[in-house]
Amino acid sequence: MADTLADVEPMIYESQISVPYSWWAGDTASRFFRSLRDEKKIMGTKCAKCSRVYIPPRKVCPSCFSENPEWTEVSDQGVLQSFTIARRQLASLPEKVPVILGLIKLDGADTGLLHYLDEVDQKQLRIGMRVKAKFADNRSGGIRDIEYFRPAK
Amino acid sequence: MDQAAIIGVGMTKIEANKAGDTFADMVWEAVNKALDDAGMTINDVDNVVTTSNDFWDGRTISCMAVGDASGARHKNASCVEGDGTFGAFYGLTRALSGDYGTTLVTAHSKGSESISSLITNAAFDPIYERAIGMDMITACAMQATAYLDRTGTTPDQLAMVSVKNHGNAKQNPLAQLPMDLTVDDVLKSEMLSDPLHKLDCSPVSDGCCAIIIANQARASKYSGRPVWIKGVSFCSDSYFLGDRDLARAPSLAQAAQSAFAMAGIKDPATEIDVAELYDAFTYQELMWLEAMGLCEDGKAGSRLESGDFHRNGRLPVNPSGGLLSGHPVIAAGLIRIAEIVKQLRGEAGGYQIPDARRGVAQGVNGLCGQSHCVWVLDRDNQEKEIG
Ligand SMILES: [Zn+2]
Repeated sequence: MADTLADVEPMIYESQISVPYSWWAGDTASRFFRSLRDEKKIMGTKCAKCSRVYIPPRKVCPSCFSENPEWTEVSDQGVLQSFTIARRQLASLPEKVPVILGLIKLDGADTGLLHYLDEVDQKQLRIGMRVKAKFADNRSGGIRDIEYFRPAK
Repeated sequence: MDQAAIIGVGMTKIEANKAGDTFADMVWEAVNKALDDAGMTINDVDNVVTTSNDFWDGRTISCMAVGDASGARHKNASCVEGDGTFGAFYGLTRALSGDYGTTLVTAHSKGSESISSLITNAAFDPIYERAIGMDMITACAMQATAYLDRTGTTPDQLAMVSVKNHGNAKQNPLAQLPMDLTVDDVLKSEMLSDPLHKLDCSPVSDGCCAIIIANQARASKYSGRPVWIKGVSFCSDSYFLGDRDLARAPSLAQAAQSAFAMAGIKDPATEIDVAELYDAFTYQELMWLEAMGLCEDGKAGSRLESGDFHRNGRLPVNPSGGLLSGHPVIAAGLIRIAEIVKQLRGEAGGYQIPDARRGVAQGVNGLCGQSHCVWVLDRDNQEKEIG
């Protein structure tokens, strides 16, 4: 079929699917975001069966398939589990490259949180390094109420 | 009744931009190739499973649009969203159910028509994660960092996967990117997201694959030579990346163990003759090899260096060139199955592995290998019941 192109320039039809969504955050994420915004506190949920603490908080423990009824505050400091430095300006990135992305396990949590790293020498980045949250000055109740994580002093 | 075989496969050439073909044109081509290969007509197809994704197609309920080109009109047609191996799994269960003797399975995508980074960003949780702006490349780069750190595998060893697979693609007329590369070429290519260079990543691709699955009663009715399905399994891990140990792939280990057990294979590392794995990124080929028990944990890089996974090695991996040489998402895993069928029939031409008797194919769905589907295929049909 491709040989037809020898004579004819293919037509290109430009289009998009454009549908706005309004996501209900749900009561669990709402409480997490309210704590970030109003108190600069990072709150997780704890499984009644296995005691794992989930960040970001989930209503249900995916390991035990049972509810996480208890809220618990975790530290704003933790350990870098993995990272990457995005160097090409991929379409999904809202910030200018290089952007350092990390998975951070906060003290008191059992799961990692995806977020940014900044104020760090790229050569010093390593798995296991201690990092600390920097909260945004203007917080609106979203994941970016934490601005980024930086090396803990 | 509990046996089933793949009796026909059809693939389009994988290309960066199939400007001459709409998605339906690609499906038409692959389906007709599969029917010819099986020696069937569309009237011999009892039911159809299509595999597609609304965002890659840019249309909602995309499975319904692809039905016409798949010959699904006035047939029982169903749809799977995700990788083609999962569509094939569903197609297999339908053929084994006894209600249908043959299932046509299709999978297609045209990556060239949209923006992969935006589509894979939308796979992240919209409440907690999406605003960070990660996509498949950055997420997998983070997984690669964790895998290298845990196992001591080196960037040079990752680059060797790229050199091997692009080199293998030179023998595959359907591959998009046959290339003569050196490790240095890979390491000097643009760093997209540490530690993944451009040549550590599979390209954006267009392509389609179709296969025909038949139960035992129908498998030998047509002229196509059956390849027998001996073991199949899939398994999924937690959704959130932070809930998993990114440096390991326990869901793949579980899927592989149960697929190999079903096939009566005790030591896959010595009993499998050829593997087509989901090498969307160089590190993945090594990580998946280890998780599937095809090589000792943490040793895939050094085994690759000693030539084990080359076409003339102990266990040839991705002799077709793999996804690094052409990656139409959705179709990608189904192509792995079709390539193993070609190998076991002795029809792989310039990249044929001599006397390949048993092979394994793998498909992946989700970010950083959340879900894996493993297929063990055999040239011969010993009487061992599936399931
Ligand atoms: Zn639990």
